[in-house]
Amino acid sequence: MEQKEIELLQILEKNGRLSTETIAKMMELTAEEVELMMKKLEEECTILGYSTLVNWAKVLKDERVTAMIEVKVTPTRGAGFDHVAERIYRFPEVKALYLMSGAYDLSITIEGQTMMEISRFVSDKLSTLDSVVSTVTHFVLKKYKHDGIVFDKRDDQDKRMMVTP
Amino acid sequence: MIDQSYNYIADHINQLQPSGIRRFFDLASKMENVISLGVGEPDFVTPWNVIEASYHSLEQGYTAYTANAGLLELRQELSRFLEKQYHVAYRPEDQLLITVGASQAIDLAFRAILNPGDEVLVIEPSFVSYVPAIKLAGGEPVIVEATEQHAFKVQPEDIERAITGKTKAILICSPNNPTGAALNKEELAAIGQIAQRHDLIVVSDEIYADLLYDEPFTSFAAIPNMQERTILISGFSKAFAMTGWRLGYAAAPKAIIEAMTKIHQYTIMCAPTMAQYGALEALRNGQDSVIEMKTSYRQRRNYVVRTLQDIGFPCHLPGGAFYVFPSIKGTGLTSEQFAERLLDEQKVAVVPGHVFGKSGEGYVRCSYATSMQQLTEAMKRIRRFMEQFN
Ligand SMILES: Cc1ncc(COP(=O)(O)O)c(C=O)c1O
Repeated sequence: MEQKEIELLQILEKNGRLSTETIAKMMELTAEEVELMMKKLEEECTILGYSTLVNWAKVLKDERVTAMIEVKVTPTRGAGFDHVAERIYRFPEVKALYLMSGAYDLSITIEGQTMMEISRFVSDKLSTLDSVVSTVTHFVLKKYKHDGIVFDKRDDQDKRMMVTP
Repeated sequence: MIDQSYNYIADHINQLQPSGIRRFFDLASKMENVISLGVGEPDFVTPWNVIEASYHSLEQGYTAYTANAGLLELRQELSRFLEKQYHVAYRPEDQLLITVGASQAIDLAFRAILNPGDEVLVIEPSFVSYVPAIKLAGGEPVIVEATEQHAFKVQPEDIERAITGKTKAILICSPNNPTGAALNKEELAAIGQIAQRHDLIVVSDEIYADLLYDEPFTSFAAIPNMQERTILISGFSKAFAMTGWRLGYAAAPKAIIEAMTKIHQYTIMCAPTMAQYGALEALRNGQDSVIEMKTSYRQRRNYVVRTLQDIGFPCHLPGGAFYVFPSIKGTGLTSEQFAERLLDEQKVAVVPGHVFGKSGEGYVRCSYATSMQQLTEAMKRIRRFMEQFN
């Protein structure tokens, strides 16, 4: 991949809200060149979306819970893990799914409105899949950092003096 | 009421002007919602591995003095670093000195080499400490101007013209604070020829060496035959985002380092031990962080320069450091008036150019070491401010 494309991806990954004009200036390109590059990267699914990282714990009415589920499965002939993976990631409440090395096979990150909802997902939807051998569910108690961002805003404070030599 | 104790102060200290930066700091810090482009230090916090290493050294009880010249282990690592990064060879045992910031190294260098009345050529606009440091050491600063016409790069003829029988040294700083101008190998070599011809010492402040964006950095000491007359000064403040740690160094021929160490030994003893352990980690495993920060500075430089040019300021693209130095002459204001009104009307703090020397008049220093969010807002405000002058 071209160096400029990588630079664009790195800029966007840090801050998806910068305007095309601003990015163009940062990269010493024209706005059109940046537009074209973004379009290309979107079309080839290198850029998959522009999302916002929300700290839902700050939203009082929102009491959603997150859990990580370790899943052991038996791979299916011909499709390996992909087939059962797809059966799992199709559920909208599944936020992330990874194939892992080590003691278990699939790692699911799941979000629900209540603990009950998540336990129902595990017992009704997940455990009933043919290839699923066993599951271990861990509930998240507090999020400190996600996708490289620390949730504690004290971290963002500019601790420098206003004017220095 | 005049404080009577004023009379107790030594005359040469009374005559020393306080830095013009101070006044701006006082003005800006009284106001709210100010976006500051006046900060001469990185907006990054020190890389965590460096903090952790220093932390660990404290936990392990490394809380005593180190050797006067600094931890030998740190000097050894620094020696390897200088060789690898800048292709200059310095012996850890007697050619390197760890100091309390580059600031102390500058002070030591002049105290070590100047006899009363010796002249030092200072290229202006320059960092605010140079002239006072030379005066405090009993020397005479002689100003050589680097003008916008030459992208703030000093011209060899101008250096040559300023040399007298009393000239002892030339002080250069590339990449430069406040202009961001950087001299390439040929331009450095031209200065080297003059230094050789007149047998001058070159004090080379290379604190922004790792923040040079478009070409590889050349250390003055790497210019053929120059190492023997160079005092290379640098530090951890800028590249590793370690300003508050107060750690720098000098690299020079043995006799000069010995002389500097003598002063250092009696006045400071040694640089802070925990900071030295942090620096050791910075040299060993800090390059990835430096590269990441550098990429981010370069992007912000490009953004700020192009936006200022769009707004209508003549502004050259600085090669390094994290400053741009646009001309504000078009407004008809002095740089002091410009900076005060910009602060007052739009709450953006910049530093008026004249605090960096007379030749800085007509310019302001904007530091882009602040977040893109703050920078875009600052540029909006500056654009609004400029509407009244159209
Ligand atoms: C050109 C220059 N030299 C030296 C220094 C001082 O650096 P230190 O923090 O290492 O004392 C600065 C800091 O602003 C600087 O800009």
